[in-house]
Amino acid sequence: MTGAGEAAGRNDPVDLPALYRMLMLIRRSEERLGTMFADGEVPGFIHLGIGQEAVSAGVMAALTPEDTIASTHRGHGHALAKGLPLEGFFAELLAKETGLCRGRGGSMHVADMSVGMLGANGIVGAGLSIALGSALAHRTLKRDAVSVAFFGDGALAEGLLHECLNMAALWRLPMLFVCENNGWGEFLPTSKQLSFKLKDLAAAYRIPHRAVDGNDVAAVAAAAATLVAEVRRDGPRILECTTHRVRGHFEGDAQKYRDAGELAELHRHDPLTIAARRLAEAGLDAQALAAIEAEVAAAIETAMAAARAAAPPAFAEALADVYSPRPAGEAA
Amino acid sequence: MAEIRYLRAINQALADAMAADDSVVLLGEDVSEAGGAFGASRGLRERFGPERVIDTPISEAAIAGAAVGAALSGLRPVAEIMFMDFTTLVMDALVNQAAKARFMFGGQRSVPLVLRTPHGGGLGAGPQHSQCLEAWFAHVPGLKVVCPADPASAYGLLRAAIADPDPVVFVENKALYAMKAEAPETMPVLEIGRAATVRPGRDVTIVAYGAAVHTALEAAGTLAGEGVEAEVLDLRSLQPWDEAAVLASLSRTHRLVVVHEAVEAFGVGAEIAARMADIGFDELDAPIVRVAAPFMPVPFSKGLEAAYLPSAARVVDAVRRTLA
Repeated sequence: MTGAGEAAGRNDPVDLPALYRMLMLIRRSEERLGTMFADGEVPGFIHLGIGQEAVSAGVMAALTPEDTIASTHRGHGHALAKGLPLEGFFAELLAKETGLCRGRGGSMHVADMSVGMLGANGIVGAGLSIALGSALAHRTLKRDAVSVAFFGDGALAEGLLHECLNMAALWRLPMLFVCENNGWGEFLPTSKQLSFKLKDLAAAYRIPHRAVDGNDVAAVAAAAATLVAEVRRDGPRILECTTHRVRGHFEGDAQKYRDAGELAELHRHDPLTIAARRLAEAGLDAQALAAIEAEVAAAIETAMAAARAAAPPAFAEALADVYSPRPAGEAA
Repeated sequence: MAEIRYLRAINQALADAMAADDSVVLLGEDVSEAGGAFGASRGLRERFGPERVIDTPISEAAIAGAAVGAALSGLRPVAEIMFMDFTTLVMDALVNQAAKARFMFGGQRSVPLVLRTPHGGGLGAGPQHSQCLEAWFAHVPGLKVVCPADPASAYGLLRAAIADPDPVVFVENKALYAMKAEAPETMPVLEIGRAATVRPGRDVTIVAYGAAVHTALEAAGTLAGEGVEAEVLDLRSLQPWDEAAVLASLSRTHRLVVVHEAVEAFGVGAEIAARMADIGFDELDAPIVRVAAPFMPVPFSKGLEAAYLPSAARVVDAVRRTLA
């Protein structure tokens, strides 16, 4: 693998126990959020990425904290894998003052600039141009960093994708496009929304495209390590991860538009099961896996308890924060 | 003091901002090799290099979106959108991303971008190259909007906009690009949100911005011949706007006329009139009158366009109404 060696000093992209832990952290966090949402404790809309965790865990294993990402409305996995603190993440989704965004953004806008997470996004495809600009900044400021745009197959129908693919290729920006192709754009299958394949689109822009089983975290991590190394020295790449959306478009969506048989089969492709099998093959025993699960569960409980106990945000402070404060000494 | 053209003042502000701060970059269609469609960035590629003066494809949505991402990642981008009519294509980046980022991310980071764009008619440019859309942006919490009327304020406000931590829509009336005016050798940086009294008077306050300031001044000259002393306020900044300055002037003159080139309905003048009718009610001796464009697209024909644009004669008539 050409990329892994060059990524020396960064995270080992196929540190399978660490990847398994991240899958578990995302899964159990989202399951917890799903239950709390059903109980009315999580306000607004949430979009769960259950079944898609391997994309987040695998891609982020190839990144450093200086690398930036732009996420989507289904971004919990991206956020946690990029290193958002669990308590601040939960507190944000619960609309608390201690949330990373002080309870003003919620699930669809959770962000942590300190770890290069430029925000989930409520607008399909919008993160593409934000990541494009971030890549431009990395290069202009001579940083050895890349930016990553996560987007779903739904965003393939957005015109902004064309503009961003063209500009990234034209300027050879250090940018990785990661398509999480889960086969559904809201309530309509991709087959009824798209007349083309991303692979063919990539060829039109002469951007190297690589497809991977997005539910196999080791495969995603290996591919991402290779591509990120290529992006750092040679410009944009596209990683298309085939995956499955297990839950509805949003929580509360009963998915009556989906075939029951299709849903019943999804467990066969579960990223956690696939990773556990690989770990077992590598000699890690069931006890070790259980220990990871127990540690993750405890971390979630501690963080969630703190988030639940936190105070709600104050209106006056929010109102005063629409614009930046004036520099000290400047007249009001 | 020396004479300087409006366009040259913009160019000077860009150059001085780039010289002062390496993180300032320009991007837009034809801003680099061509020096800008109107020439605003002429010479800057040669001076600062193509890495900082960046020609983009004709991709307005990505230009603005990239400016947001770049601003969140350490640059101070100045994006040029060739005509304000084309800002229809940048709305998501400005309205959903740039404007909200600071607030919705809990104040983690501001978005120090400037979007420069020319508005205004009078050049026969037709319905899609002439419209004044600044009220749209002034309506969006998180954005600032400025619209300078003369070279010195164009310089001072553009420097302020680039230094500002928040996103600023910087509107230039293209009919003013060739305008020459006296300006100090070293033009000061101005404060966004402050109006300027460009002609003092005691009988009526005329508030205007952009090219309409000159229409208001012409009207004030005519009125002076009739013994009416109009005070003309150049608003300079539309969001935030200098409510205190307008109220202070109104409190002396007790009459208010608001002039702008954008259509009258739901425009900046409506906001000013509504606020002054509220907080200045006791000071008013007459209805507040607006002079602005009729509710129609900017027409192409010279004759139609001349009838469309607010004229000094209409401002004079409006002032007479307040004095009746």
